[in-house]
Amino acid sequence: MSDVHAHPALAHHFDSLEEQKEAATLGMWVFLVTEVLFFGGLFATYAIYRTWYPDAFAAASHELDVTLGTINTAVLITSSLTMALAVHAAQLGQRAKIMVFLALTMALGGVFLGIKSVEYYHKFAEHLIPGPGFQFEKEHIRHAQIFFSLYFVMTGLHALHMIIGFGIMLVMLWWTWRGTITAEYYSPIEISGLYWHFVDIVWIFLFPLLYLIGRHAH
Amino acid sequence: MTTALVPARHYLNDGYGIKSWLLTRDHKRIALLYLAGVTFFFFIGGAFAVLIRLELATPVGDLVSDETYNKLFTMHGVMMVFFFLIPAIPSVLGNFLIPIMIGAKDLAFPKLNLASWYIYMLGAAFTTYAIVTGGLDTGWTFYTPFSTVASTSAVIPAALGIFITGFSSILTGLNFIVTIHQMRAPGMTWFRLPLFIWSHYATSLIMVLGTPVLAITILLVAAERLFHFGFFDPAVGGDPVLFQHLFWFYSHPAVYIMILPAMGVISELVAAFCRKPVYGYPFVAFASLAIAVLGFLVWAHHMFVAGISVYAAMIFSILSFLVAIPSAVKVFNWTATMYKGSVSWQTPMLYAIGFIGLFTIGGLTGLFLAAVGLDIHVTDTYFIVAHFHYIMVGGTIMAYLGGLHYWWPKISGRLYNEWLAKFSALVIFIGFNLTFFPQFILGYLGMPRRYHAYPPEFQVLNVLSSAGASILGVGYLLPMAYLMWSLRYGRLASDNPWGAVGLEWNTTSPPPTENFAEPPEVTWEAYDYGSPVVEEHV
Ligand code: HEM
Ligand SMILES: [Cu+2]
Repeated sequence: MSDVHAHPALAHHFDSLEEQKEAATLGMWVFLVTEVLFFGGLFATYAIYRTWYPDAFAAASHELDVTLGTINTAVLITSSLTMALAVHAAQLGQRAKIMVFLALTMALGGVFLGIKSVEYYHKFAEHLIPGPGFQFEKEHIRHAQIFFSLYFVMTGLHALHMIIGFGIMLVMLWWTWRGTITAEYYSPIEISGLYWHFVDIVWIFLFPLLYLIGRHAH
Repeated sequence: MTTALVPARHYLNDGYGIKSWLLTRDHKRIALLYLAGVTFFFFIGGAFAVLIRLELATPVGDLVSDETYNKLFTMHGVMMVFFFLIPAIPSVLGNFLIPIMIGAKDLAFPKLNLASWYIYMLGAAFTTYAIVTGGLDTGWTFYTPFSTVASTSAVIPAALGIFITGFSSILTGLNFIVTIHQMRAPGMTWFRLPLFIWSHYATSLIMVLGTPVLAITILLVAAERLFHFGFFDPAVGGDPVLFQHLFWFYSHPAVYIMILPAMGVISELVAAFCRKPVYGYPFVAFASLAIAVLGFLVWAHHMFVAGISVYAAMIFSILSFLVAIPSAVKVFNWTATMYKGSVSWQTPMLYAIGFIGLFTIGGLTGLFLAAVGLDIHVTDTYFIVAHFHYIMVGGTIMAYLGGLHYWWPKISGRLYNEWLAKFSALVIFIGFNLTFFPQFILGYLGMPRRYHAYPPEFQVLNVLSSAGASILGVGYLLPMAYLMWSLRYGRLASDNPWGAVGLEWNTTSPPPTENFAEPPEVTWEAYDYGSPVVEEHV
């Protein structure tokens, strides 16, 4: 608008910050719908093979490290909390607090990825990478490869989403630091939060589906 | 309407030089960037088609080897589907028109829009790289296990290109959805929206819901091929049919990504050249949504011979019949609009009529194929090839060209030569039917697709088809030539050369960068021909 007092963050093609915020929020939700279908293809594949090969999946799942998986789950849920606190601080325009909570969220994300790498390394050392070098008990050696293929692709894509989340957090830190984020204009932090929570929720599904199959029977 | 003047300020003279184009955020300029991209890939895809038809002019495989032939039809299909037809109408006409039609200054996310174009070009670069370094021979469908363990062609870069381009499609759909929800001008209620907008809204839903499934499927194929992961490989208990399910879960809806925007164009053309509101507006609007939804429930009709159960086949057959209903609603409503209208036979309307006829043939033969018994007889024959070309080429390309002609004065501010344009429309119509009608007969007689040689008794029909293809090729080159020519030498266009209703005709030709001198306010219904408010604007 030709309003000389327009907020510096207001893009030329919106009438008000309010409208701009609504558009950004809707945009993020639509993007998350896309993400649901992206992971949905994997979950569908998982569901089919798990139904076909329940024993192999249970046996392969036993090779995963439940302790590390549980710790990671807790770490990630905590990072969701710190993210929510960052959003809250943003609504109040508390610059220092936003930056602290964003940094904490990133640190927790870093712990998660660190633990994940340790797990990956163990799988590598135990010859559990699907392909010609795969080693497993004779009975399940074929179908267990499907499980580990799914394991690596699902957790790998999840990790990739976290790394993208890191990039977003860095931008948010930068914007907060230079003063773009204010109590009037905090929607970037809010929609980054939506993204981060989504990534956490994916893990909440991955954890039981991959780590906890058939535990009750043993 | 005779004294047209170039407006002093418009989007084309708002900045010159390559940078003002490559870094633009203006949806109108981005639309033109896409126009350049899709036109380029259309002619690349077309070059492969020429080679296919040359080979098939004689029954023996003389021009190219069987392996080369596999690559030709694959690369033809890949280029045409992913790099031409899917982006063509939404990214060119949709990009240009959606903000203007709803009275907005731009799409909701202009930077994202520019990024989408770069993503599209990056994807195209990967696939082009695959083409020049060994080609691709899996068919555009990438069926496993051939694509993951057997093929020796450049599957990975080609697949990566399609994966990347998919994100361009997703982001475009996302941008359209948010724009249509949030950016409508005051008074532009949902039921005053042009049907072009409704059909693009439905298309965007499919882009956002379907494309990610293709993306993950391609990723699994790549992981299986590169790292020997097991998803579809029977050697580890994987199921190739699962690949087909995932692939068609996207690729059937994708055919509606290709046809729905075309239907939107036709609604605009029919209303404008019959000077009447589209008959049964809400039915046409909801038919778009119905197609988008039902389109997700029919994918396994591509798999009737892939070993799915009889019950699954029956259910998918019935659902496929259902999807024909909203399509037929549209065809009936267009015809009802034309009935007793004062139809003016200008070039865009000729394309619209062509669309309605050819789409009807394509759609009706689709019903043949939805009937399991008949499909098993003609599956993998030229009957299929004819069916989808009647829709993709006879339907979508006709609508695309019709729309390009209709909005050309708005886009360029110039008029093309009407006589030449009518002549080309006729050439294209004749060339198209001569190319593809014989293929229905060939398929019915049992000529399989995807072979470079065939029994001699099929030669007459194949020669007809190849002859038609050369006419069609000329037909496509003509608009290319005279539209370019008009950019420089065409007569200046007035703001509303067709006397049509719609916000895009209430601004200058070409429009200013912010689309309207004054932000518009809408007080009339869609296609309100004859009402006093509207006639005043016309
Ligand atoms: C312009 C839009 C077009 C699109 C979207 C399109 C799309 C396709 C697709 C998806 C296939 C299947 C490829 C496969 O089975 O792997 C195909 C095959 C074919 N197309 Fe097109 N096509 C177009 C234009 C044309 C034109 C203009 C011609 C002829 C001049 C043509 C001739 C053929 C032929 C002969 C085949 C069959 C190859 C075979 O299976 O043996 N197409 N097309
Ligand atoms: Cu289909």
